[in-house]
Amino acid sequence: MAESITPPTTSKTEGVPAGLWMRCPDCGDMLFKKVVDENLLVCPACQYHFRVGARARMNQLCDEGTFEELFSDIEPVDPLEFVDKKAYADRIKSEQFKSKEKDALLSGRGFIKGRPLVLAVMDPNFMMGSMGSVVGEKLTRSIELAAEELLPLVIVSCSGGARMQESTLSLMQMAKTSAALGRLDDAGCLFISLLTDPTTGGVTASFSMLGDFIIAEPKALIGFAGPRTIWNTIKQELPEGFQRSEFLRDKGFVDFIVHRKDLRSEIARLIDYCGK
Amino acid sequence: MATATLEPKDVPETRPALRHTLGFEQPLAKLEAQVQELEALQSNKRLDYTAEIRQLRNNYTSLLKKTYENLTPWETVQVARHPQRPQFRDYIDLFCREFREIHGDRRFADDKAIVAGLARLGGHKVMLIGHHKGRDTKEKIACNFGCAHPEGYRKALRCMKLAEKFGLPVVTLVDTAGAYPGIGSEERGVAEAIAVNMMEMSRLRTPIVSVVTGEGGSGGAIGIAVADKVAMMEHAWYSVISPEGCSGILWKGSENAPDAAAALKLTSRDLKQIGIIDTAIPEPLGGAHRDPHTAAHSLEQYISKTLRDLKRCKIENLLERRYEKFRNLGIYLEKGARASARAG
Ligand SMILES: [Zn+2]
Repeated sequence: MAESITPPTTSKTEGVPAGLWMRCPDCGDMLFKKVVDENLLVCPACQYHFRVGARARMNQLCDEGTFEELFSDIEPVDPLEFVDKKAYADRIKSEQFKSKEKDALLSGRGFIKGRPLVLAVMDPNFMMGSMGSVVGEKLTRSIELAAEELLPLVIVSCSGGARMQESTLSLMQMAKTSAALGRLDDAGCLFISLLTDPTTGGVTASFSMLGDFIIAEPKALIGFAGPRTIWNTIKQELPEGFQRSEFLRDKGFVDFIVHRKDLRSEIARLIDYCGK
Repeated sequence: MATATLEPKDVPETRPALRHTLGFEQPLAKLEAQVQELEALQSNKRLDYTAEIRQLRNNYTSLLKKTYENLTPWETVQVARHPQRPQFRDYIDLFCREFREIHGDRRFADDKAIVAGLARLGGHKVMLIGHHKGRDTKEKIACNFGCAHPEGYRKALRCMKLAEKFGLPVVTLVDTAGAYPGIGSEERGVAEAIAVNMMEMSRLRTPIVSVVTGEGGSGGAIGIAVADKVAMMEHAWYSVISPEGCSGILWKGSENAPDAAAALKLTSRDLKQIGIIDTAIPEPLGGAHRDPHTAAHSLEQYISKTLRDLKRCKIENLLERRYEKFRNLGIYLEKGARASARAG
């Protein structure tokens, strides 16, 4: 399930001091980085949506200065002493150094256009946003907090899937987060799931697909099996636009495709209709 | 050993008849062949090889024991995939007094990779659901080798809801390499189907027992395995990804599947220790494929007893415990709150 998705390169994410200029991978234009940053990491020429780190995303979504981080003391360990070409314990350290985050999820409370809510955002800069015990636990606590305080919940998915290095423990996070969302549903709370590029594997097959409303950013890769796995299995050409946001909307699995600049308004609108 | 209820039909001590031999079983196959040879000589030429045969049989048994007590994780994966390992429909034949199959998800189709139906099992009336890989080529193709599409998961959920409505407990048997990775599967939302199943199973108001009988391949497995009690047959495997898939991604090639199998801690012994499963159900000596009757009997005994226990609980308590069971899975560090590792 957790097919490797190309990790964000310097040209794909913000926060990397790669000079003043960057190239848009879609239209190929050379872009002044500061302009792209100010444009919410969207290419001004072709509207390509670059991947966004969790803190930057939180800043984009929340009213200025309203984000209050929660559950930040939860850290990953290497429960299975997993070693592939590199020990998981070492991988955690180098990813923490590189991303300056403890793991792949940022969670807390905030306001969007004055409306209070609970938010959890996955971070592509930490092991491609993969879900292990830390991500699962922080998500579950966020969901439980929303249920307890009857607040709307927004989860932003950006992930290659379950984290192989925690094996069955990460598989169990799918059940754990889905069960927590069952209780949030019983409590009558609003859950908005925002899918961004990429949302795949065990993340798609759990909380991401359980939103009361599912929003996707334009042209995001969204699927269960990775395109390469599918190709290896069926050995035939995949349809045009397969597993992209627009494809999922047309197949009936995404409610709205929303440009990044309109996300705050869209979320606020849904809260006005359905929030408690 | 099998009891009278299963009526084992004079099971011979060794069953050489056309059994597929796994690579690491070669020395065992050689001994079996020697026994057969001597037996043939004995009956043809009327010579007495009783002592030699007994000796060889003893050697065989001790080698079988030694081999199966020390299976590597990769060997376990091979046993779990053994072509003669009993499958869902074999278990039905072996331990259900009655099975009334239910077809289709009422949405799209009837997925033969997941079978569901009303069953009588050890004195219980249950909704029995499980993956079926297929036994011969024709059936394997019809069943898509046990890799289900979304309609399989939706059929499973429809049947679970029926069970909830009519107060029947749910029993699921997991045996899949994973959900099917294909165009139709994605188009019809296999991820959504699995996610909804997990959410609905976590709050289904009837007891649920799940057993991984063969392969427990990632989302395709857990999509029918959120339960009050989760068990594995001794030589089954259960993991977030297949060893080959893991090797392909982390080692950039499939040759390291044995290393991946070890790293993934996918055996019943490991998963019992980590607290992911409640029980590892012992298999007959040499694996379920050597003696399906005994394997089926052990499985039936486990399910019957577990259902008896679960039926005694109030549904509210059951739901609370089911939630906490999965809620508490995960191992991490939390500063301030004492180094807390929550698992099992
Ligand atoms: Zn562009």
